[in-house]
Amino acid sequence: MSSILILIPLFGVMILNLPFRSVMKRLAFWFAAVLFLVQMIVAVFHHSTIWGSSMTIFDPFFKVDFLTDNLSFIVLLAIGVVSLTSLIVARYTLKDENERFNFINLLIIASIGMSGIVMVSDIFSLYVFLEITAVSAFILIALQKERQALEGAFKYIFLSAIATIMMLSSIALLLLLTGGTSFAAIKAVVSGPGASFFGKFAVGLFLCGLFIKGGVVPFHGWLPDAYSTAPSAVSVLLAGIITKVSGIYTLMRIVISVFGFDVHISHILMFAGAVSIVTGALAALGQSDFKRMLAYSSISQVGYIVLGLGTGTMLGILGAAFHLFNHAIFKTLLFVNSASVERETGTRNMDSLGGLSAKMPVTGATSVIAFLSTSGIPPLAGFWSKLMIIVALWMSSNYAYAVIAVAASALTLAYFLSMQRRVFFGKVAEGLENIKEAPGGLVFVSIALAAITIGVGLAFPVFYTQLIEPIKELITW
Amino acid sequence: MTLNTILLIIMTLMALYTVVARSLLKATIGLAVTSAVMTILMFNLDSPLAAVFELSVCTGLITVVFASAIALTKPLTHKETIEVSKNKFRRYWYLPVIMVLSGVFMAFSNIPSSLFQPQAAAGAEDVRHVLWNARQLDLFGQIIIMLAGAFSIVILFKEVRKK
Repeated sequence: MSSILILIPLFGVMILNLPFRSVMKRLAFWFAAVLFLVQMIVAVFHHSTIWGSSMTIFDPFFKVDFLTDNLSFIVLLAIGVVSLTSLIVARYTLKDENERFNFINLLIIASIGMSGIVMVSDIFSLYVFLEITAVSAFILIALQKERQALEGAFKYIFLSAIATIMMLSSIALLLLLTGGTSFAAIKAVVSGPGASFFGKFAVGLFLCGLFIKGGVVPFHGWLPDAYSTAPSAVSVLLAGIITKVSGIYTLMRIVISVFGFDVHISHILMFAGAVSIVTGALAALGQSDFKRMLAYSSISQVGYIVLGLGTGTMLGILGAAFHLFNHAIFKTLLFVNSASVERETGTRNMDSLGGLSAKMPVTGATSVIAFLSTSGIPPLAGFWSKLMIIVALWMSSNYAYAVIAVAASALTLAYFLSMQRRVFFGKVAEGLENIKEAPGGLVFVSIALAAITIGVGLAFPVFYTQLIEPIKELITW
Repeated sequence: MTLNTILLIIMTLMALYTVVARSLLKATIGLAVTSAVMTILMFNLDSPLAAVFELSVCTGLITVVFASAIALTKPLTHKETIEVSKNKFRRYWYLPVIMVLSGVFMAFSNIPSSLFQPQAAAGAEDVRHVLWNARQLDLFGQIIIMLAGAFSIVILFKEVRKK
């Protein structure tokens, strides 16, 4: 499996950049599309023996123990879905052929980085793949070299560099303490009550670095600028999956499989999660830029994942993993819709828009599905994951945090209703009378993502049993 | 005062110079010297493999890449350079303070010195094993990062030149 997700994409990027670039430029889109489709199939049908038998030529190449468990598969699936969506959005929003070709190359590199993060079992290799993802993300944000995008990319580089310093220092300390960098070696020394001061200090440093990467409050300064100034296809990728994998998935993996839970880690996670939920929701209420509002909404939703994880209970962790997947899907849908609106109207300012549902009915309708799911309205996918998190908080006697989580859902509904009213409902705004629905490809993507949101919600018992419940195996305490 | 302490002080001063240097090229040279001094420290601390990598990659390759990238940028005028320099001093005045305070903290704290002693270093015969077996995935990771770096130069510099 490692060959399909790391080696083949890597050789693919190299071949795409060999001579005959005009031919390669035409092939690049289809090559990337097949890669991401295969990734989705591998993640869903991971039990199949086909992967083991068909890749015998390549698989012995890596002399590394990859960590592929049920948490990895659900995130690999989300990476495949969001990367494919971003690729399709780029086809309609990046006009220049060279720009599109560079985008596809970097998208494949970013997906290798993310798949690597999900599959490694060594903290230094984790850092290497985090850097691959981050470097690709910086360049993708600055792809069109516009002033604001360069500023957004610079803020991301700057804060990401601070996160890198923290994580590298932590890894150095852990290496000194444990003599190794594998998850197992570190777990044996730093988890449990007998951990030394330097062990705890290293854990704290690493967690702070991950909070920056995940855009958790108060380390979120870079996120609204990076999300809102990047090209639409890049915003889809950043908001949909890059920050989820580099910050939030890594946080889950490191806490569950390496550092372990103790009272302090639980309190820090729940406090940071609750602050992110409220700060993100309140900031989203005051925005008039469509993408910036979605960026603050992401901060708020990431807060739910961190809050669920912080409970340290089985239900809370399963809810956090499920919300991570759901958020990847519905936030990607919302960013695709914002890309469609920006493409057709030329603006993201919600005060200049209005009545677009009459002109863009599919975009308007799928946007309603996405925001209802984000707000936790039944029977959509977001309802179930939020319910699991809130029940986990209540059952672990964290009543105040449970009340905050419920109240913030009302705030989420408020800012999304405000967005829907300003952009899609009411009279068609002046100058937008001749607007048409987005191109077929973008409409298709919106419908597919909305169908996933509805489908996962309606078939929750099946999805839960097949993909979420098996994550229980990871939780050994 | 041992040789290592003197080298450590030189390395720290050079690192500071790298941050506050007026021109990017001088900062690059500062970084190369910092890296070269670190190489000597690594040899002294019985880590010849790490030292060779530091010398070839950090002192050599990275300096060449930085110098090439700087050659693609538009140089600042003398007036602009002085302005940037003043701003840098204003922005980073706290760096030497942090450095001195950290040194004082380390000197008077009860951190066991054994914690910072270099552990077993890889011998020459272990190099192939370390690179190809133990850290193979990181080696691939580095190749991918270099690929991403090449794209960044193409995207951010080459096309700007064309325009």
